[in-house]
Amino acid sequence: MTFSDVLLILPGHPAISVIFWVIIISVSLYLARSPAHRAILSMSKVLHYGFRIAAHSTRLAEQKLTQRNREVLLAAGREASERIVEREFDRVDATVRRDLAGYPALQRQLSEQILSIDEDYKQSTEVPPAPPGWLKAVESVAKIPSSGDPMVANILGDIHQSLVKAQNTAIDEYRKSSHERHLLLKRMMPHWRRLLQVLGQVDKSVNSLIERSKTIDRHMDEYEQITKGSDRAVRMLSSSSITQFFISAFVLGVAIGGAVINFHLIARPMSEMVGGTSMIMGFKTANIAALVIILVEIAMGLFLMESLRITRLFPVIGALDDKIRVRMVYITFAMLFCLASIEAGLAYMREILSQSDAALVQYLTQNKEAAAAAPQSRWITTAAQMAMGFILPFALTFVAIPMESFVHSLRTVLGIIGVGLLRGFEFLLRLFGNIARYAGIMFVQLYDLLIFAPLWIERQVKGRTNEPGKKKTEKGGRDVSTAAMGGQS
Amino acid sequence: MKALKFIALSLTLLAVSIVGGCDKASTVAPTRGVYMLIDTSGTYTNELEKAQTIINFVLAKLNPGDSFAVASINTGSFTEKDIVAKITFDDRPSMANAQKRQFRDKIDRFVKNVHPSAYTDVTGGLLQAIEFLNEKNPGHKTILIFSDLKEELKKGYVRDIPLQLNGFDVVALNVTKLHSDNVDPREYLDRLEKWRKRVESGGGTWRVINDLERLDNILGPS
Repeated sequence: MTFSDVLLILPGHPAISVIFWVIIISVSLYLARSPAHRAILSMSKVLHYGFRIAAHSTRLAEQKLTQRNREVLLAAGREASERIVEREFDRVDATVRRDLAGYPALQRQLSEQILSIDEDYKQSTEVPPAPPGWLKAVESVAKIPSSGDPMVANILGDIHQSLVKAQNTAIDEYRKSSHERHLLLKRMMPHWRRLLQVLGQVDKSVNSLIERSKTIDRHMDEYEQITKGSDRAVRMLSSSSITQFFISAFVLGVAIGGAVINFHLIARPMSEMVGGTSMIMGFKTANIAALVIILVEIAMGLFLMESLRITRLFPVIGALDDKIRVRMVYITFAMLFCLASIEAGLAYMREILSQSDAALVQYLTQNKEAAAAAPQSRWITTAAQMAMGFILPFALTFVAIPMESFVHSLRTVLGIIGVGLLRGFEFLLRLFGNIARYAGIMFVQLYDLLIFAPLWIERQVKGRTNEPGKKKTEKGGRDVSTAAMGGQS
Repeated sequence: MKALKFIALSLTLLAVSIVGGCDKASTVAPTRGVYMLIDTSGTYTNELEKAQTIINFVLAKLNPGDSFAVASINTGSFTEKDIVAKITFDDRPSMANAQKRQFRDKIDRFVKNVHPSAYTDVTGGLLQAIEFLNEKNPGHKTILIFSDLKEELKKGYVRDIPLQLNGFDVVALNVTKLHSDNVDPREYLDRLEKWRKRVESGGGTWRVINDLERLDNILGPS
């Protein structure tokens, strides 16, 4: 007996069997209507509240992450501002040391110049020598009329001549004196110029200090904003961080390109040192050795930059005693130099191998003479490869700078992405919660749709027996859904 | 200073552990082993210049660490004496290049002094090739047969032996058509079919390359 045979209530009459089954199912569903409605609504409530709780937890997590991001961002911003302000103060200190250290000498110079000018000025203001005192008496005598006496006339003539002579002498002396004064005034000119120059220098230094102080003021304002934890500061830092992230990612991409070129430059000749057939974890040992050399170069570059205090990825190195730090600079630079020299050697070896391969191919293709002669222009590629092998390690040293920016900005960017993801997840949970809530109501309505016939009969029966009762039933029927809606809103 | 000592010690320990770990995980790169059989029977010796070209091509294709042997097919080929030249290339590229030059010189000398043999023991040569390559155990084994594949055994030589060619790639090169093949091409086709079945029943793969301008894929994927 098959399952379909069991379903056939009246064998040979499948349509009647179906009708019977429909009636049986409708009646069963009608009888189980109230508990079924409650079960559906309870299930939807459970799902709805479950999703709501999950959404709430997600929101809390998102808030915590946002708060944490804010703290990290402000801490990073504070540190960066402190570095900038510290650097500005260092510059001011350097300016003050450089310029103000020379101020006593400058002051002495100014005093000397002023003294010289003062002396010259005093000398230039001296009155020219006055004509002798007897000139007036002689002038009066000379004005006496001669009254025809030749002797008197001769005497007066002599007096007149003496007077004219005395006047000429006085004029000469006056001219001489004026000339000397002019010379003195002329001598003052370079002193004035020098004075002007010195004052110009002073003005420049003071202006530079004023400019620096303005910059410091601006940075201090930003620092204050950051320490206050203002939203403006957070927005500013966040924006700056994202910009830094993209810029540093781009530069790192360029650096990776350089590293790849460097790798290809030394990977093949490396097989001359470590063999071309051995493998480590599925990779050629020669390739791994080349990669290790490049990574060691990058590590040395990082240490060099740390020791020079250009980057601050390792606080331990930054906090070292200056003497040890300087030693580290020399050591890391020496190691970089050695590695760069090794790379140049490997690049040379690569060229030799290429030439050997080319010669072998020619030899195997019977062209033995051509195999012996190498083109003269090969030295250009050899030199270029060697130069690249030597320069690239030093160029890779500067990877430390974008790497530091990348690492710092990555934290912010990951935080922002995390917050975004949590927000999205929260939205989905809320959406699913609401879907579950309204799905319950929808299933209740669908349930009633399946038993529309018994419900219709019920309404008809109740309508005939009791009119107000019908209204009450209809109201009660609506109540199920409205209660479900209201109960969960 | 203590911090520096600590960093130095940590780096040393890390390096030692990496080197130790690497030593355990160290393997040898998948190498190739090529054994080439050259038919020196009868008039086929006239084709030896083509064989030289193929050998040179193979030499250019092989990498450090690969193995290569060239043996002649004559009356009784299941012997090491028929191996003209054999080598496993050094893992340093420069040394490998020098070895290739020496190998080529050896082949040149062989081609100059070769004497035609009366019989053609292809099966013996194949058995010798299998033994040689199994002993070398490279990652990819290739047997090149430069012959017309017309086997002629001296009386008393037993060669009705199943070939164990699991993991072997057998390539027949320059399978020339004999006069009798021209009269009845079925002979040629039957000969090729017989060898194909023999190789494939032994677990190997079978290819025929008659156009020597298309040797690019002679050694299969590298």
